[in-house]
Amino acid sequence: MGRSRLSAWLVTLPPFAWIALFLFVPYCLLFCYSFWSLDANQQVLHHATFANYLHLATTPLYLTVILRSMRIAFSVVLLSLAIGYPLACFLVFQAGKYRQMLYQAVIIPLWISYLVRAYAWKVIFGNEGVMNTLLQWCHATSHPLGFLLYSPFAVIVTLTHIYAPFVVLPVVASLEKIPPELLESSSDLGANAWQTFARVILPLSLPGVLSGATFAFLLSFGDFLAPLLLGGPSSVMIANIVANLFGADYNWPLGAAVAVLILAMVLTILTLTQKLERRWRAA
Amino acid sequence: MSSFLRLEGVGKRFGEHTVLESISLDVEQGEFLTLLGESGSGKTTLLRILAGFEEPTSGRVLLDDQRLDALPAHRRPIHTVFQSYALFPHMNVFNNVAYGLRVRGCPRGEMTSRVQEALAKVRMDRFATHFPRQISGGQKQRVALARALVNRPRLLLLDEPLSALDANLRVEMQRELKLLQREVGITFIFVTHDQSEALAISDRVVLLHHGKVEQCGSPRTIYSTPRTPYAASFLGKSNLITGTVRQGVADCGAFSVPANLPDGPVTFSLRPECIVPATEATGEHLVPFAAEVVAEQFHGADSLLTLRCAGMELSARVAALHNGGGFAFRAHDLVPLEQE
Repeated sequence: MGRSRLSAWLVTLPPFAWIALFLFVPYCLLFCYSFWSLDANQQVLHHATFANYLHLATTPLYLTVILRSMRIAFSVVLLSLAIGYPLACFLVFQAGKYRQMLYQAVIIPLWISYLVRAYAWKVIFGNEGVMNTLLQWCHATSHPLGFLLYSPFAVIVTLTHIYAPFVVLPVVASLEKIPPELLESSSDLGANAWQTFARVILPLSLPGVLSGATFAFLLSFGDFLAPLLLGGPSSVMIANIVANLFGADYNWPLGAAVAVLILAMVLTILTLTQKLERRWRAA
Repeated sequence: MSSFLRLEGVGKRFGEHTVLESISLDVEQGEFLTLLGESGSGKTTLLRILAGFEEPTSGRVLLDDQRLDALPAHRRPIHTVFQSYALFPHMNVFNNVAYGLRVRGCPRGEMTSRVQEALAKVRMDRFATHFPRQISGGQKQRVALARALVNRPRLLLLDEPLSALDANLRVEMQRELKLLQREVGITFIFVTHDQSEALAISDRVVLLHHGKVEQCGSPRTIYSTPRTPYAASFLGKSNLITGTVRQGVADCGAFSVPANLPDGPVTFSLRPECIVPATEATGEHLVPFAAEVVAEQFHGADSLLTLRCAGMELSARVAALHNGGGFAFRAHDLVPLEQE
């Protein structure tokens, strides 16, 4: 009895310690910081105040940047779905013996450093880059296209490249779960391939689409490297603001307030999508 | 003369593996035909060829003299009831049944009345708004039937539809299925591995074995006159008795019977219920024999006896306990089988 209690403790302790140390404590600190403030000498004043949140609410910049971050994240989701959904369908229903290979091809980019992939796009989109050289070589344009790099466009393409696998994998999982006899049954009842897709495959894959879209949205929304490396002033995202407040500005209380705001938004989105997903699964 | 559905030399190979070997079969309009066989006999493959999920590697399938094998599954006037029912989990019962009519663009009013009529026919009209996960196996079965029948197919294929049901429900569904088939007058092709189900439900049974038609006929014919040892032992219980024919008489050891067969070895089938105690035997051409009762299994309505006589064991199904001594059977119940 005593022994099994002990082993139960030994098994449960590490994950609890992990969560406490790396999740709970930092978030508590963050939360506390967001109610503190700075004095004239940039020293943290440990008095609870809503000043940081008031500042966020009254400065239009923050709303602008949050909306832009959402717009960029939403574009990434749409682009990832546009590329990823057909790919997932092909992988599950058409690929045959190449299925495993293709599946690996989706996963392998995840092993390559984010920085390497972001810099690769810099090489592709730069003024002297692959894309502009190619366009000029085939006389599509006479001078380098400036909007390719340091623009929301570059950020969206890069984030799509990085987060599309997070859309493909759950969609593949949900497509694989569809019993093949449902597709046969649909065709047996007179539905052509398109009708079977629209009435059976698509509705049954929606939970996968939703979880993939949620992943891609949240990861893109909180991304700060892509806008830092490939985005110009017009594509500053909310995580860049946080990084600046904590780094260059050394205003941890305000940075913490923005971080708490982001966290609240993320949790809201997660709760809503989980609720929706549960409803779909029940139906 | 043309028949309703005709299979001409239909064969199917998967690589080196031959699943079906040149099946030829004529099916009449309104017939209840059963494809009976063990797993691996090719019965499901044959059904899938009719449905259009598999293409035959040889032969052709004609429906009303029209080539059927050229049509994709969704253009065939044939519907299937799947073993797993394959109801769409995201649609309620009504929408499941309406599916075939919807994809064909049936007008809304007609669709609604036809779906309701079909649901009423299988007594599921009260469950129209239920989802498949909310109804029982037997109810899913009925919905799957309604979903196929609502489209008025020329041919209905049923792939072991009763195998997931418990024994009592199964017998009830067999009865209902047969009544339903009479009522709608649609040709049913039913696949099963259960010989008693096949005998109970069909107008005609096609016994498949290793991708070939072993025997084909009405349940009574196929039961009372099996053609091969496989047919005799697969359909019900049978005593396989070997003997030697010499000058019109078959010598089986314990008894000899007149046999209009060429000289040489022979195998007979004798159903256990054809053996009766000698004292109760009536009729002509009785063959009496002496046997010892080795074991008795009491089944309620009757008993299964294991008899030993002249070195062979025979099973006999008798009404009352019998302590041995004389038994008899009628000569024409001894059915000569083709050698395999």
